[in-house]
Amino acid sequence: MKLAKTYFADERNDDFSEIGQPLPRTDLRGHVTGRTVYFADRTFPGMLYLKMVRSPHHHARILSIDTSEAEKHPGVVRILTAKDVPQNLYTILILIQVGPEDEHVLAEDKVRWKGEAVVAVLAETERAAQEAAAKVKVEYEVLEPVLSIEDALKPDAPIVNEHHGRNYYLYDSGECRKIRFGDVEEGFAAADHILEETYQSSPIEHAPVETTGCIVVPEANGRFTCYTNTQAMFFTLDNASIILQMPGHRLHMVGGTVGGGFGGKVDVIVEPIAILAAKLTGRPVSFIYTREEEMQISSPRAAEKIVIKDGVMRDGRIVARKVTAYVDAGAYSRHSPYGAQKAAAHFPGPYTIPNVWIDSYCVYTNRTPSSAMRGFGVTIADFALEVQMDKLARLIGMDPLEFRFINAYRDGDMKAHRQPTEGAALIECMQEASIVADWPVDERFMAMSSRVREG
Amino acid sequence: MAKIAVQFTLNGSERAEFVESGSTLLSVLRDKMGDTSPKAGCRQGSCGACSVIVDGELTLACLTLAETSNGKDVRTAAGLSSGDVLHPLQRAFEEEFAAQCGFCTPGMIMAATVLLERNPNPSREDVIEAISGNICRCTGYEPIIRAVLAAARSNSVAA
Amino acid sequence: MGLTLQTCATVAEARSALKTAGSRYMGGGTLVVRAANEGDLTFSTVVRAVDPALSGVEVRDGRARIGASVTMSAILAHPELQVLAPAARAVGGPAVRNMATVGGNLFAHAPYGDFAAALLALDAVVSTEEGELPLDAFFERRDRLEGTAIVTSVAFTLPSPESFRFLKVSRVHPKGAAVLTIAADLREEAGVIASARIALGAMAAHPVRARAAEAALAGRPRTREGVADALAVALEGTDPPTDAIASAWYRREVLPVHLGRLLLS
Repeated sequence: MKLAKTYFADERNDDFSEIGQPLPRTDLRGHVTGRTVYFADRTFPGMLYLKMVRSPHHHARILSIDTSEAEKHPGVVRILTAKDVPQNLYTILILIQVGPEDEHVLAEDKVRWKGEAVVAVLAETERAAQEAAAKVKVEYEVLEPVLSIEDALKPDAPIVNEHHGRNYYLYDSGECRKIRFGDVEEGFAAADHILEETYQSSPIEHAPVETTGCIVVPEANGRFTCYTNTQAMFFTLDNASIILQMPGHRLHMVGGTVGGGFGGKVDVIVEPIAILAAKLTGRPVSFIYTREEEMQISSPRAAEKIVIKDGVMRDGRIVARKVTAYVDAGAYSRHSPYGAQKAAAHFPGPYTIPNVWIDSYCVYTNRTPSSAMRGFGVTIADFALEVQMDKLARLIGMDPLEFRFINAYRDGDMKAHRQPTEGAALIECMQEASIVADWPVDERFMAMSSRVREG
Repeated sequence: MAKIAVQFTLNGSERAEFVESGSTLLSVLRDKMGDTSPKAGCRQGSCGACSVIVDGELTLACLTLAETSNGKDVRTAAGLSSGDVLHPLQRAFEEEFAAQCGFCTPGMIMAATVLLERNPNPSREDVIEAISGNICRCTGYEPIIRAVLAAARSNSVAA
Repeated sequence: MGLTLQTCATVAEARSALKTAGSRYMGGGTLVVRAANEGDLTFSTVVRAVDPALSGVEVRDGRARIGASVTMSAILAHPELQVLAPAARAVGGPAVRNMATVGGNLFAHAPYGDFAAALLALDAVVSTEEGELPLDAFFERRDRLEGTAIVTSVAFTLPSPESFRFLKVSRVHPKGAAVLTIAADLREEAGVIASARIALGAMAAHPVRARAAEAALAGRPRTREGVADALAVALEGTDPPTDAIASAWYRREVLPVHLGRLLLS
């Protein structure tokens, strides 16, 4: 590794004892000796196994649930349905006032995605729990599913989630997050060329090698110790407290080494129901996703559709950018209203454009709820933006890197969402990239600075 | 449910347990014998996190029924170091930064152990083939390959 | 009910154990234990046979007979079976190959069963308790045989290294489940293809012969023009699955491309 110290040399302080020095990671010794403790590296006497009965339908009304045969199955200790959950309706971000509550811990009236949790079975062994789960009878009336952003936004589309009452999230700004900067139509009118392109992505699963799960132990002092691989300890603590209607001091959340997260372990999915199960049975409970559940049930990155319309001048300046982005939340909000909002703030990318119009929608469909994953709201946006940048450069016959130098944001530029640019360093990054990638650009670009505009 | 006896050598020690007949080697090692170094990543034979060595052969503990290991010699990543003295592979994994979340590491080291026991001077291609059944989702394959090659070099220097 | 393992000394003993309802025969365990781990409740007893006859390899007069319990690793290590090494190596990583058996691979559903595709291209004969059965006939009846029949061995004429070709296409390298697998045994005489047997893996629930393509190759030179007709009919008789690896559409699109590359390589 090389530290390029020529950039911002006057701002640097290289007199550090730790920064810039290689350090052995403190957890490596445990990893190589197999002694690092992950949440599942524990067993407790009398531990029960939780198996979830899940919806086989994308969208259906629940007509009846019959657990009588399952209850009689050898080894079954307890079966939980929606009525057992003290506060069954929740949404994770209610903690920061992003409501409404729109998701049930266990399905009540409807299932809104294929895989939604309906009934929890607790048994002495995993196999007994599986066998009993197969005996739970749920009668459904199948409803028409909404499986794409386009279908969801049709005027006569079936309503996916009644708690929203419409197939998109209603922000305080209206049907989408909006950014208005300059006059985009004026910009298009003045442009030499207009380019409008549509970009789409599919859901992406994080696929950690360690699946999502937790083990809960009821303690003698009335507290519950929850060993979990959550990436969001306090979201989990506070939402579990709400769902269980239990003061937080009775919930002892124990985290630790996570066997791969990538944002896939920030939902509050396994802990509340496992703690409830431990409370109602008085026994330790293990709820760990199978590989199939990890791939099918855990939230993926959202599918997105992004329409970008640009006005560009022959000299390389982008004079107007209009973006309409759709984030497919699946059936429930989870972190998606935030992801769509983050996308809005991220557009129009790291470029200074005088006229910008952004609409970013969070859309509900009968697909697996999506949630956080590595730069959600940003990653797919960047894919779309940078492909668009290449297409624009090609359109006006310009080198794609030089085209980016022309439009790169600099310190002091006002961003479209009215945040002044600070510490941009994009120019310097591209200069170094030009050198190491052996992709030479004109010397006027190599003389640029992100701190001052030339001339 | 009738229990059956399983008895094998685990990292040099004789171990025996009464377990349910269909128990996997993975569950017996982890839940009965307290060796949690093999991990349950998929229980499908797809990820390699549960890899152990049985009679010198790389073995997926998740797909092996424990009873079939009776009388055999089972080795896991937990038995690789002696006290504070690391195995050359463990040392190389540390020095080459060949672990991120660490979940795949014990299985990865088991796969590499079998390779180096059979082929003390592997090529880069040999290493890639040897760890091809082990998934590292943190995508740290390059440091892992470097670590295995470094361990092979340090072994040959020592020998 | 938990899962029970029943170990039998002979195939005959295992056969009678399988008559009990809820029992399933296990070769190496990569399919059956996996299914149990994933919550397959259709069986509660796993029957295995440790009969040494199942682990034998016999090569005589150019013909090979491989016991059903012979593993992929054992094939890789066998000096007289090296022509099959590419197919054996295509199955899983080293640990899977230490478990996965020849018999088990015949029961693997797409996208698995790479070795079975190779055996189909070699026109192998399968031995079960019902006698001998050509492999393509075995595949036709596989759903009924699954879990109840015990395959004891497969036999085939060893191809020459020049005539046998094998290709597995996967997205993850070096190991990944098959987008598709192609095994071909091409005999060339006097500059043209005298006969061809082509088997396709992951292009249907079980490996299938590309008989239309085989017929279209007969008497043709192994050139781009010579194989064109075969590629045009390569999809006949296929019914590829859509799964996590690839869609049926994608498999159909790329099969002729890969078959062409394999034939012309």
